[in-house]
Amino acid sequence: MKWELDKSRAICPQICEQLCVGIASGELESGAKLFSVREVAVSAGVNPNTVQKSFEQLEQKGIIYSIRGSGWYVGDDTSAAKEMVTKLISEKTLEYFTQMKALGLDETEIKQYVKEWQE
Amino acid sequence: MSELLRCENLTKNYGSTTALDEINLSVENGKIIGLLGPNGSGKTTLIKLLNGLLTPTSGEIFVNGKKPGVETKSVVAYLPDNSFLYNWMTVEQIVDMFCDFYADFRPDLAYKMLLQLGIDPTRKLKKLSKGNKEKVCLILVMSRNALLYVLDEPIAAVDPATRDYVISTIINNYNHDASVIISTHLIADIESILDEAIFINKGKIMLHKTVDEIRDENGCSVDQLFREVFRW
Repeated sequence: MKWELDKSRAICPQICEQLCVGIASGELESGAKLFSVREVAVSAGVNPNTVQKSFEQLEQKGIIYSIRGSGWYVGDDTSAAKEMVTKLISEKTLEYFTQMKALGLDETEIKQYVKEWQE
Repeated sequence: MSELLRCENLTKNYGSTTALDEINLSVENGKIIGLLGPNGSGKTTLIKLLNGLLTPTSGEIFVNGKKPGVETKSVVAYLPDNSFLYNWMTVEQIVDMFCDFYADFRPDLAYKMLLQLGIDPTRKLKKLSKGNKEKVCLILVMSRNALLYVLDEPIAAVDPATRDYVISTIINNYNHDASVIISTHLIADIESILDEAIFINKGKIMLHKTVDEIRDENGCSVDQLFREVFRW
């Protein structure tokens, strides 16, 4: 898994978000074993305590679970992960609209632009 | 949780210059801590006090509950800011010397890291480049099973790729009983592995918080905050 972390925001919620995206997209399937805390720490270049905290937060939400002595696994119910991604999408959309407004477009113009936008 | 380092009204004067001014500080185990401050702010003085290389003018310092001395030196792995090894020795001889000196030294780990970084153990230290010497020093310190690792400017002379190696070495060797204190001004390179940051300036502690708190409260990275706080 590739990690993209923005150092100007707290790292812990970003790790939660990116794991949720992996789960919601199906890249990480229900019941699949997750990487260990240390593996994530090394691959993302972050503090192991931060990763541990992220895993614990996801566990509280029922998104992942741990088996003592074995490691972390993706839970059966992925709805909470999907919910988190939906929240993330609306945040990003709001961010986009705010930025476009700063560039001088009004809401109808932005929607028109998105509609016509092609790669 | 246990307290690995505690300073109580710690003061150090060099003649009429105050290097540390009534510092109060507590460091628990299981943390990676950045000691961050501009040149001449008192970072190295604090580190030398905790290693017993200097004695406080007033106030007290405790390492693992004891005053710095023989007992605390056996639990502290210290990387000084300048080379502490004999130039005429080979890397192998130095590894042997560390085995004799420290009961907690793991030569297998040292050789593994030397191999990974492509350093020939049969070479004399004086034949190595500045960056490679720095790597040898760091490898020796990180090969100990200490409680407190104190790294004074560990990445200043090494190339960016080796910096990443150093950082993953710190993460890999980290355990929940030990803590690591890293003094540096290369904040951007290490801030993502820190738990806590201590900002020190003119001998006083300006800030001691978790790095995620700093990011949440200021909406910027630790590096950006540092640049703002210490702007000329």
